[in-house]
Amino acid sequence: MKYNAWNIFRQGLTGNRGWKEAWRKAEPKPEYDIIVVGGGGHGLATAYYLAAKHGKHRVAVIEKGWIGGGNAGRNTTIVRSNYLLAGNQPFYELSMKLWEGLEQELNYNVMMSQRGMLNLLHSDAQRDAGVRRANAMIMSGADGALLDRDELEQNYPFLDFDNARFPIKAGLLQRRAGTARHDAVVWGYARAADQLGVDIIENCEVTGFQITDGLCTGVETSRGPIKAAKTAVCVAGSSGRVMAMAGMRLPIESFALQAFVSEGLKPVLPTAFSFGAGHFYVSQSDKGGLVFGGDLDAYNTYAQRGSLDIVQDVAECAVAVMPSIGRARLLRSWGGLMDMSMDGSPFIDQTHIDGLYFNGGWCYGGFKATPASGFCYAHLLATGQPLAVAAEYRLDRTMSGAMIDEKGQGAHPNRH
Amino acid sequence: MIIDHPLLGPRDAAEFTYLGAATLMDRPTPEDGPKAMHDYVYLRDNPVGLHRELWYHAQGDRSWLVVTRDTMTQVITHVELARDVATAKAGGTS
Repeated sequence: MKYNAWNIFRQGLTGNRGWKEAWRKAEPKPEYDIIVVGGGGHGLATAYYLAAKHGKHRVAVIEKGWIGGGNAGRNTTIVRSNYLLAGNQPFYELSMKLWEGLEQELNYNVMMSQRGMLNLLHSDAQRDAGVRRANAMIMSGADGALLDRDELEQNYPFLDFDNARFPIKAGLLQRRAGTARHDAVVWGYARAADQLGVDIIENCEVTGFQITDGLCTGVETSRGPIKAAKTAVCVAGSSGRVMAMAGMRLPIESFALQAFVSEGLKPVLPTAFSFGAGHFYVSQSDKGGLVFGGDLDAYNTYAQRGSLDIVQDVAECAVAVMPSIGRARLLRSWGGLMDMSMDGSPFIDQTHIDGLYFNGGWCYGGFKATPASGFCYAHLLATGQPLAVAAEYRLDRTMSGAMIDEKGQGAHPNRH
Repeated sequence: MIIDHPLLGPRDAAEFTYLGAATLMDRPTPEDGPKAMHDYVYLRDNPVGLHRELWYHAQGDRSWLVVTRDTMTQVITHVELARDVATAKAGGTS
């Protein structure tokens, strides 16, 4: 049943008994054309676009827990397309355009709020870098604007403009960027995919791959074997342990990223913004809480929690750029698993095993990529060819040297 | 997280900087070929469970440690001086 005002009215008159569950609790079939391993945002988006754009309906999404229970259920909600490098920026702009049409496409309210994302710039050199990045954004068909200090002071009076160590000189603003409700994105893609015949199978953990002579013919799961011509893995921070079952080592290591929410406050932030002299970024949710984060915890982990010294670091950055935040109380914190890659950029590629595909290495930036990741992965799975905007997301780029390293940090996953 | 330094006793992990997997100590030579060097630089086991890793005591005695830590529980089971690990690998005792 379509979600619209007429159905809300009609159902309201008849006791709301007509609403159907948003997706079926499908039982696994013995065989599919394509299995998507991982029921997060990316996996569900992939399944949706396989069905909606490529006519592939014999598709299953296999999720070890409940859908969206990983990073899609615990992120800082910002969506933006403000990258520098040619291998990245057109991809993220495709994602931004898909975000802009997503609620209509899925018939689901994802609370898309294009409130803008501002990157603060604290020196002449940093401003020059900001100009370069704004030009890269504009060249990709996105929007980017440089605001000077006077314009910033009008809209962000609470920032520490005259800080002696890192004064605020300018800001790079992407007006079309913003936030979306992370759970709703998962549920929206799940419902839309289910309506096109995709089986969403929860509480079903992949325990192995059926691989013989370099060919993958399906998976072993906690609910029995399932065959498929193509198996598409996208499990974010669990990439290492899942692909190890296929005998593969990856240019990826897993780290915890902590994020935080403050008590509800009256509206204070006109956009999301990031600090240029330390790793800190913040937005304000519709419930009023400030949603913010900063650096990774430095050591490999699967524990989905981090250490208190990071909490202190993030709080110090917050108070340095926005002193008044020091009066707000911290309400909630959590940690998620980041699949940090060797150049800080993702992979959407076939593996050396026929029939086995890999999507991962999103580091801490996977949420904004959700629509384009699904769109491009579906295209690769359906046609065997990558879309141009994702053509550089190859697993062999570490060997060929075609690294996509936005921060220029080199082969240290935890520095990206 | 507390790291029990073999010489200095229990220290806050914040005194250290983390480098990565202890396999970084096994740097290949040019004779091993480009694939070996590629795999050394770019590929990782990234295991769930016990992980041997390199920590540098930047704010202490500036020694390198090989720490064995469970990546799921964060429990540290073993701490050695990296120098001792390297010496043992080379078959020496000095």
